[in-house]
Parts: sequence; structure tokens; C-alpha cells
Amino acid sequence: MSTHPIVVEDLSKRYTISAVKRRYDTLQDSVVASVRRVLSQEARGAQDRSFWALKGVSFRVDHGEVVALIGANGAGKSTLLKVLSRITEPTGGHAVIQGRVASLLEVGTGFQPELTGRENIFLSGAILGMRGAEINRKFDEIVEFSGVADFIDTPVKRYSSGMYVRLAFAVAAHLEPEIMFVDEILAVGDAAFQRKCLGKMKDAVTKGRTVLFVSHNMAAVLNLCPRAIWLHGGEIAADGPTDEVVNRYLHSLHELKGQRIADREDRRGNQAMRFVDFELRNAEGEQVGGVQSGEPVTFALRYDSDRDNLSNVYAGIAVHGTYDEKLFEMNTDLNGFRFKSLPREGTLLCTVPIVPLRPGSYSFNVFCSVSDEVADWVLNAGSIDVQPGDFFGSGKLPAADQGTFLVPHTWRLDGEAALSRSCGQVSQ
Amino acid sequence: MHIERTAPPDLLGTLVEHDASRRRSAVLIKPSGRSLRLDGLSLGGYWELLYFLAWRDVKVRYKQMAIGAGWAIIQPLVTMMLFTLVFSGIANISTGGVPYPLFAYAALVPWTYFSLAMGRSSTSLVANATLLTKVYFPRLIIPLSAVISSLVDFAAAFLLLVAMMAWYRVMPGLQILAVPVFLGLSMLTALAVALWLSAICVKYRDVAVIVPFMVQVWMFASPVAYPVRLVPARWRLLYSLNPMAGVLEGFRWALLGSAAPNLKTLAASSAGVIVVLYGGLLYFRHTERGFADLV
Repeated sequence: MSTHPIVVEDLSKRYTISAVKRRYDTLQDSVVASVRRVLSQEARGAQDRSFWALKGVSFRVDHGEVVALIGANGAGKSTLLKVLSRITEPTGGHAVIQGRVASLLEVGTGFQPELTGRENIFLSGAILGMRGAEINRKFDEIVEFSGVADFIDTPVKRYSSGMYVRLAFAVAAHLEPEIMFVDEILAVGDAAFQRKCLGKMKDAVTKGRTVLFVSHNMAAVLNLCPRAIWLHGGEIAADGPTDEVVNRYLHSLHELKGQRIADREDRRGNQAMRFVDFELRNAEGEQVGGVQSGEPVTFALRYDSDRDNLSNVYAGIAVHGTYDEKLFEMNTDLNGFRFKSLPREGTLLCTVPIVPLRPGSYSFNVFCSVSDEVADWVLNAGSIDVQPGDFFGSGKLPAADQGTFLVPHTWRLDGEAALSRSCGQVSQ
Repeated sequence: MHIERTAPPDLLGTLVEHDASRRRSAVLIKPSGRSLRLDGLSLGGYWELLYFLAWRDVKVRYKQMAIGAGWAIIQPLVTMMLFTLVFSGIANISTGGVPYPLFAYAALVPWTYFSLAMGRSSTSLVANATLLTKVYFPRLIIPLSAVISSLVDFAAAFLLLVAMMAWYRVMPGLQILAVPVFLGLSMLTALAVALWLSAICVKYRDVAVIVPFMVQVWMFASPVAYPVRLVPARWRLLYSLNPMAGVLEGFRWALLGSAAPNLKTLAASSAGVIVVLYGGLLYFRHTERGFADLV
């Protein structure tokens, strides 16, 4: 028998699409649905499509290893955690888990809005696998960690969402498992909460726990996990040192997203003008796969149209962060102009002299209007892979949890000459 | 590379002390195929979770209600009054010397328990969908906790029954000791039916609609409002196979000294419950693998 706490061999999971997530909340829905089900009996076989959420996944995790699972939405990360947590059964293959497991697939599993904070600590603790005696022993610690001591006897439905999440996380943070499965808990809550989560994750790491960690936050992944597994379409695309795997993943994102704006169906606008392609160019005008903090970059947006002349064209790019929060916008109006007229096809260039972003993966939306009518609008049109660069000319960059933007600045004592170099000079 | 565990001693102590059952056992995760098996049925280290979920059900049920657990009494009480009006006042049903209100209420208490337990349990998996999709535990705990938590309603309604017996000066004999047996039989019956219905309800929400209707039909097929004596003799045997007939008669016998239930038919209907329960467990175990994907 292997000594690895997690052994996964050729694991597969198939979903039948017609069976995935169908909810009948009302009587009417259920009657209509059942009538439809009866009527469409023969058509059903044809409609039932299946897809493999996991296909032949094999890996082993050693004691005390912390492994990140990365990949696009729908790549099978959450399914893998659900199978390993025994929530859903695999279709093929097997896995062996040795040790006490805690699965944190969401924050606040088992919380009941009607119950008080105190009651929810016991309930959620029991659901996550703690014993009554254990919860009793840790109760004060949990309350203190959560910072909601004054409201501990108030129903949690009266809590602010921040308080709710803090209490829920406090319970989860006091589990003492040998193996942890953690799904994207860092995606909820405010920045302070995320920092706390990261801190607790680091604790878990130093205590020698075996952790399998799903995240879209590449900074957190790089920071916490020496090893990463990249899932793509239910299969392992790469497994190895985190920086290598993350780099390959980000490159693939660029290739996948960058080439296919023309094929996107989910776009809005009258299509008088359509974005068809996108690339990033460096200062020399050459196409690049990623950019570096502090370097110049040009967004090249190729478009086409079925009109001979496009007049009064407005174009914009909105950049989003890891959690899809809008970071900033660049558009022609901000520059105080519009393209008076554009040819049938062409490439619009938007140049940023200094990339002011921390290393990471960002996505962006593209937008254009022709004669004040929305012509094209594609969400998540592509991604920008920002690599570490010498933004400040000091060889240093802020840590992963110290914000998103890099801002040029200098320090000096009033009356003396500047001690530190002004940054951004490197590229000018 | 093998790294020794470096947990602090108190943590190791905790694990040994509290988690002997769940610790160190290797769990094999694989498709269970088409086989019907009952292994892994024991709740192991999850008894406490069963307790907490039942406790939660009770807490949540009566939160933010003016009358709270009083509803557990009012429901059978009002039904008893209606029955008294209709069956005693208008239809003039004979109860063999027992005052009709007491006669009806002594059966309504176990019947109300049974219908609540079965109803709640049947929809329990759907009601706990968020738990099913986010955390592992033996799924059996969910319908089981609904059957157990409904005992609180039973206890409240039972208190009024005791008060009514004192009011009518009815003194039960030693046979009152049989009450837990009949209560146990109604729990098993509720669970047996609910295991099927709750598992079906995960896929077909129709169950939620059928259950109240089923409860109504079942009530009239059980001696709640009338004594078994009124059932025509040729139907009596078939009638007695309804386990709730035995339970209700048993309650009246144990508390009010009415005629004892027929032991043979009671044994036959109990055996029927066991068969349905066993089948329900098999069906539940067979379908539970898909709960998280379907619910």
C-alpha cells in the first residue's frame, strides 16, 4: 500500500447534460416539467448528451505537500475536489485517501440564517467534521478569531455579509484535518478577509498538512504552493513546479482567448463593426505573448465591417482583475477624440507607455460604437499575462497581497535631493 | 520523499481521543457499479452530526413564531374538535365507552407524528441540497434526522393527551409500557416510506406534491376517526396490514384500555414494514451516489 495520503488513478467523471442541475421550485414548474418529460420520452435519448468533466486523471500527493489546481472555469477542478471529498461518485478509475479530511468547498457550509452565531458555530463545526467536545474546547478561540463576539447570540441573518463570512471562516479555520481540499474560498469577502484566509492557508502549510487548493488567484497559488496541476478539459495538461505550470497556463489563455474574438457568439451590438482579432505588441511593434510590469505595450485590435465607411467611431478596452473586478478603462473619449472615419478593415492600436500592473493574469472587454450606436461589445475578449518586470528600477515588486497597481514615486527628505530614482525611467 | 507528521502533541492527542474511527482509515473512492449492497450503513463517527441536524431542525422550525411548539398541540387538537363534531356529533360513531374526544386524540397524536415525520423526511434531501453538494457525510442522516426531530412535536402533543386523560379520569394500566414499542413502529414506518420518497424526490419533485395527498388518503384508511370494529369483517385482514392501523389501535389499547390489537396482523404488518424499510435502504444506497449531481 502506498504511503501517499492522496493517490488518484485514472479518475474519470461523466455528466449527462440533461441530468445536470434541473430545479423545480414550484408546483407549476414540476407539473409542466413532468408532462413535458412524458411527452418528449422518445426525443429524450437523442437530447441526452454527456461530457467528461474528468478524463483519466492520475496523480499522487505526498505528506505535507501543498498542491494548487489551476485551469479555466469548467476544466474540472471543482469536480475533482467533489469526487475526492466523496460528494459525488467517479464514473471510472479510483482514488485512495488516507487521513482525516476536511473539505472547504464554500464558506459557510451548513450555516442556517435563522440560528444565532453561537448555534451556527456548533452546527457548522459538526457538519465540517468536528466533534462536539472539540467545538466546545475551541469555541472561545473561534469567537475571538471571528471578531463578532458582541453579536454571537444574534441570528446570523442579521449579520452584515462581512460578519457572516468572518464567522463562517473562523469555524473552518479551526478544523484540524490531515488533508484539506479547499475550493476558491479566497474569491469571497473583502481584501482583509482574503489576507486572513491566505494567512490561515500558510499556517496549514507550515503545520505539515496536505492541501489540495483550487484557485484562480495566480498570486496566491505562486505564493502558497510549490507544486501545481493544470487541468484542461478534464485532463491534466501539466503537473510540476508552480511557476512553470502557471506560466504555461497563462500562455495558453492568451493563445486561446487572443485568437478567437471573431468566433465569439456571445457579443452585443449591431455588428456594424466587429472585432476579429487581438494581439499585444512590444515597443518594437512585434507580437508578444505577455508583457512585463513597467514596460510599454500596445493593444492591437483588428476589426472588419460590411460597411465601406465607418464614421464617428468610439472604441474602448476595459481591464479586469483576478476576481473580474474592473480595474481601469481606456477609451477614445478619454483621449478627447473619436475616429472620424475608418476603413472597412483595419487595426486599432492603443498604446500604454508603462504597464502599471503587478504580475498576474488580467482579462479585458472590448467595446466600440459607430455613429453613437453600440456596434460590438465582447466580454472577456482576451487576457493579458503580466510578467514580473523591473518597474521601479530597484529590482523589487510589492508582495502578492499588496494591491494591484504599481505607481511611480520617489522619496526624499524635504530640502535634500532625491535619494531614490524615479521609476519608469527604464523604459523611456 | 516522505515527511514525518510534525503536528503538535496536543493535536495528535485530540485526533486519537476524538477521532479514532475516522482517522487513519484509508478511503477508497471508486464507482460502485450496479451492485446493491448495504455495507457502510453504520453511521460510525457521525452520530453527533445526526444529533446536531435534528437539533437544528427543531430550532429552525419554531424560530420566530409567536406560538412556537404550541403548533404541535394545536394541529391535532383542532382536528380532534372537528372529528368530534362530525363523527361523534353528526355520524354518532360508537367508541366502546371511551369519550370520543379522547378516543380521537389518542390516535391523532401518533398519526400527526407519523404524517409530519414522513412528510418532512420525504422532502428532507431536497431541503438540504446545499449540504449534499458541499460536504460528505452518510446521506442517511438527513431523512433520519427529520424522523427524529419530529419526536419533539410528538412529545408536546403527548403532554396534552396526558392532561386529557387526567380530565376524563382515565387511568392506564401496565400496558402503557408498550407505548414506546408502537411509537417505534410508527418511526420505522415513516422512515421506510420516506427512504423511498426522499430518494425519488431528488430526481422528481412531484413527490413533494404527492405526499400531502398520500397522507390524507392514508389517514382515512387508518382508524384515526373511527374504531377498527366499523370496518367490514371481510376487509379486516387487508385493512390490518396497514402498519399504522396496528400503531393507532396499540396506542388506544395501551393508554385507554380499548381492545388489544390483533397480534397476528400486527406481526404481519411489522414484517411488511421491515421489508419496505430494507428495500428503502437498498434503494437509498443505490441512488445516493447521484444525489449531489441531481439535486
